[in-house]
Amino acid sequence: MSGEDRSLRGAAAIVGVTDDVSPTGELDRTGRELEVAMVLGALEDAGLTLADVDGVCHPDSAVAFAEYLGVHPTFVESTMTGGSSYEVHVEHAAAAIAAGLCEVVVSVYASTPRSDRTRKRRQARRGMAGPNPMAEWELPFGLRLPMGPYALSAARHMHEFGTTSEQLASIAVSTREWAARNPRARYRDPITVADVLASPLQVSPLHLLDCCLVTDGAGAFVMTSAARARTLRKAPVYVLGAATCTDHVGISQMPTLTTTPGAVSGARAFAMAGLGPADVDVLMGYDSFTITALLHLEDLGFCAKGEGGPFAVDVGLGPGGSLPMNTNGGGLSFTHPGMYGMFLITEAVRQLRGEADIRQVDGAEVAVAHGSGMFLSVLSTAVLGTEATL
Amino acid sequence: MTTARPVETRPAAATRLEPPVGAESGPFWEATREGRLLVQWCTRCDRGIFYPRAFCPYCGDAGDAGGPLEWRQASGRATVYAAVVEHRPEAAGATFADGAPFCIALVDLEEGVRIMTNIVGCPPADVRSGMAVVVSWEPLSDGRQLALFRPAGEEGT
Repeated sequence: MSGEDRSLRGAAAIVGVTDDVSPTGELDRTGRELEVAMVLGALEDAGLTLADVDGVCHPDSAVAFAEYLGVHPTFVESTMTGGSSYEVHVEHAAAAIAAGLCEVVVSVYASTPRSDRTRKRRQARRGMAGPNPMAEWELPFGLRLPMGPYALSAARHMHEFGTTSEQLASIAVSTREWAARNPRARYRDPITVADVLASPLQVSPLHLLDCCLVTDGAGAFVMTSAARARTLRKAPVYVLGAATCTDHVGISQMPTLTTTPGAVSGARAFAMAGLGPADVDVLMGYDSFTITALLHLEDLGFCAKGEGGPFAVDVGLGPGGSLPMNTNGGGLSFTHPGMYGMFLITEAVRQLRGEADIRQVDGAEVAVAHGSGMFLSVLSTAVLGTEATL
Repeated sequence: MTTARPVETRPAAATRLEPPVGAESGPFWEATREGRLLVQWCTRCDRGIFYPRAFCPYCGDAGDAGGPLEWRQASGRATVYAAVVEHRPEAAGATFADGAPFCIALVDLEEGVRIMTNIVGCPPADVRSGMAVVVSWEPLSDGRQLALFRPAGEEGT
């Protein structure tokens, strides 16, 4: 146990508060309006503004609330433990601030069950009144999820930078080459660029073979202190850097379709690690679609913005190439149960332990697990390394 | 989440998921009944806000006592930012398309806000980023209308 660890002691403080109650038991405001008023009130109490906020806690969805606030936090915390949620947020925000993940964190609560009843308001769920903005402003137009938002990003990338379907397809091809070396992969037969282009168009410009699988899958990992890790059975894989950023939920709210918030999370994770793209031996970049992986190559700094297409073709992402990417066969050919990020981590760890059998990247010391959540909405980067990298 | 409601008046739209009305977007949807496209505007930032909110996400002003947020009528003119074609409408649950491929786009209104829509009135594969489009209303079952867009330049628009 780490009960003697005092690293959080005095590391963070609560600097602003507000609340709103009435002797009538009812408030006039509700839902997001009430939540925003609380956030602004607490910030004013602290002498801060929304522009200072880089961490958001909300027990329903910190990501959706950050989108509503229009902030782009590097720390999001949606732990929901019932009445104790906000004490947990204090604990986790203190840890995040102490670790340098963020500097100014807001946590908010608003719930109006009494006035919801007396005013016959549609019953709000845990304080989150009002419908989902995606249901109101996106779903009526028939955009298929999750594929459609990625297709929009690909279409814009093609328009701005001249990226081609052939270049996207090359990512599916190199990823399949890795899958051929993984006996547990769903698809192992070689494919060509022509095969990808001949597969049925889904949401253009994405073809069927530009898209990840739908499979079952499961995984887990265990973390402990560096000191204890050295006493255990396997060689430790150390977290050298980690960072997260979100800038939207719904794709129509994404500031720029061709740059993900991974440009922020990647730069921060590399800075924490004291490493850069040139130091990476294995890239595990979430490949929900070929365009997703291409955006990672740019946003993590392996190539310049807009050059991902030619880079993906030329750099060598497959076996024997200079940038081994998705060595398990990826979401495109290995497995994709929905939240594939677990498999980025399990494969990165196996590569760094030298346990990857015939797909082992020789001398792998640094691996990056770069996860993409929702609709290019929440990107989180973990830079992992062997003992030699410490 | 939204629920599909039966529609009697317009069979072609029978299975379009009809949008719920958000806490701050009542004026937007009411105006669509008259074919008016509104944009929420922050008078302090002098810029549009989308989707509608209880405060301005750019300056953080909550608009207490009426202020600085207002509704302005948009011109209905827009430019396509990005467009895609759904080739398997049944996979998208979009039976309003009657089985035919259709275009989904993000368009930038002249007033500076970006919204999702369908581009109608031309073959879906002809829609390109940068194309000029104008609003084209599609009735919903409850009298509200959905803002679709079609290529500009037809009928003097």
